[in-house]
Amino acid sequence: MKKEQLLDLYRQMVLIRRVEERGMELYQAGKIGGFMHLYIGQEAVSTGLIAAREDRDRVITAYRDHGVALNCGISADEVMAELLGKATGMSKGKGGSMHMADTSKNMWGGHAIVGGHLPIAAGLAVGDQYAKNDNITICMFGDGATNIGYFHEALNLSKTWGLRVLWVCENNQYGMGTAVERASAVTEIRQKADGYGMKSRRIEGMDVMTVYEAAKEALDFVRKEAQPYFLEIDTYRYEGHSMGDPERYRKSDEVKKWREEDPIGIFNKYLIEKKTATRKALEEIEAAVEDEVAKAIEFAETSPEPTLEDLYANIYAD
Amino acid sequence: MAKITMREAISQALMEEMDLDPAVFILGEEVGVWGGSYAVTKGFYDKYGPERVKDTPIAENAILGAAIGAAMVGQRPVAEIMTINFAFSAMDYIVNQAAKLHYMFGGQFTIPMVIRTVGGGGRQLGATHSQTPDAVFAHFPGLKVVSPGTPADAKGLLKSAIRSNDPILFIEHATMYQVRGEVPEGEYTIPIGKSKIQREGKDLTIVTYCKGLELSMKAADQLAKEGVEAEIVDLRTLRPLDMEPVFESFKKTNRAIVVEEGWKSYGVGSEIVSRIYEEAFDYVDAPILRVAQKEVPLPYNRTLEQAALPQVPDIIAAAKEVLK
Repeated sequence: MKKEQLLDLYRQMVLIRRVEERGMELYQAGKIGGFMHLYIGQEAVSTGLIAAREDRDRVITAYRDHGVALNCGISADEVMAELLGKATGMSKGKGGSMHMADTSKNMWGGHAIVGGHLPIAAGLAVGDQYAKNDNITICMFGDGATNIGYFHEALNLSKTWGLRVLWVCENNQYGMGTAVERASAVTEIRQKADGYGMKSRRIEGMDVMTVYEAAKEALDFVRKEAQPYFLEIDTYRYEGHSMGDPERYRKSDEVKKWREEDPIGIFNKYLIEKKTATRKALEEIEAAVEDEVAKAIEFAETSPEPTLEDLYANIYAD
Repeated sequence: MAKITMREAISQALMEEMDLDPAVFILGEEVGVWGGSYAVTKGFYDKYGPERVKDTPIAENAILGAAIGAAMVGQRPVAEIMTINFAFSAMDYIVNQAAKLHYMFGGQFTIPMVIRTVGGGGRQLGATHSQTPDAVFAHFPGLKVVSPGTPADAKGLLKSAIRSNDPILFIEHATMYQVRGEVPEGEYTIPIGKSKIQREGKDLTIVTYCKGLELSMKAADQLAKEGVEAEIVDLRTLRPLDMEPVFESFKKTNRAIVVEEGWKSYGVGSEIVSRIYEEAFDYVDAPILRVAQKEVPLPYNRTLEQAALPQVPDIIAAAKEVLK
């Protein structure tokens, strides 16, 4: 990967972190409503994964979607505006934190019914198969989603029909507050793909380069073989399941241990050690991101609310 | 005009639209090699091949998820859910995904999808396979619910549904595939969301749809012999609901009954009656009555099943009651 690309990955990860840190403040100030699920700690996963896709490849994810939206190229302005429920958000303020999408960026949502978007991901791939192209649908979901029926119906269909789907399980160790071993018959989620004769792999997800390399390999396989592939990525969310989570289910020592594996810190160290960038250059990126996020907040706060007429807009397309 | 069966009308609509638009494909359980469990897609697999007539696993979530996703990227899938009773297994995709994705993402996604399914009792299939839960689905904004009562309407409405950019639940009736009716020659469509006067009369209004239309027409014939002229308004689409022809008729007759096959409580009739009281209260000359299924899970035994389903004599009795 070229130097510019590497630095851009760093920028994306810092951007996700800052957007969400500032988002927490706005949430606590009552400016963001509803549920808000933070991606902090998991930045290397979607950053590495989406860097490996071609623009024509589709991305669809669950409700922990701010990072994915940013990685797909949706602006911080639009993410902030949607969080604040403004008309300038990509979903015009009707979706909120959990429902971010931009079809022009091939980002097919933010979906908030656990596991519910997996059959839809299969459907995106059915559409591409029907159109006889070799686009890939990258479908991300949590470990918790692998215990619900939708998961099994979708995986089965994808293998039976030879759909180009890269299934990506972000195993962040908990489905809400229930640890993987308390909810799943197997703790190595990857094994579930074996039941469908599907190729799979489990990797560590705190190093963006590891994710990128594995994603490249998986995408190559899917494109060439016209077969689905199951990638399990071990990761950890530093914040609660959603804002206001009392976190009774885990000890602070555990969080502390994972925080030492901070994906941004790991990549920062990597870039400096490899002499890809100086500490100063990285600090400049961080400062530019701070600025970008401050401007995004200003954009969102000064953006108009949807009008009451918008209440009735887009119920039907016809 | 040719007289054809409901099955032939639906089959013709599908075939014509598949011939017109390569984006249209069919998917569902046994739609292909088997030819459709109600034989609607018989011959399609040989004509169009496995890419356009896709046999699926028995997995309703996968069927509808696949259809929604394919629709989102520009195809026009017609998904068959073998019976509406199995739609409950995929409720999330019908009421929580298809009905909401367009709105929730600010209009970015469109779901040009038709879900063809079969409802209704009367075939001794037991309680879980005999339901008419149309009102449940009609409850949700974002979904359109169509349920025709004649072959001509079935054909024209299904063609419109396939061309529509919205998700549409198209409910057929399990006992009506052999019903014959006149169907116009050549190309035609019927707009979704338009009720229709299927029989004119001056004495009372019968509001109904689908199987209720078949029963109401028979009841109206018998009433006519006794000098009572019933006007029948066929809703055809349950959402969006077109009440104008109902109000027009009611303002003329001042008396109405509603006939539906589903349960009375929280049903289609509840909605129609409420709207008449809300919008046309000054025209009410008698309490509006509902003819519907008895409030029991439908039993297997033929006598009991028929006792639970609304019948022609029930309609005649209700009509006479509102005319008292």
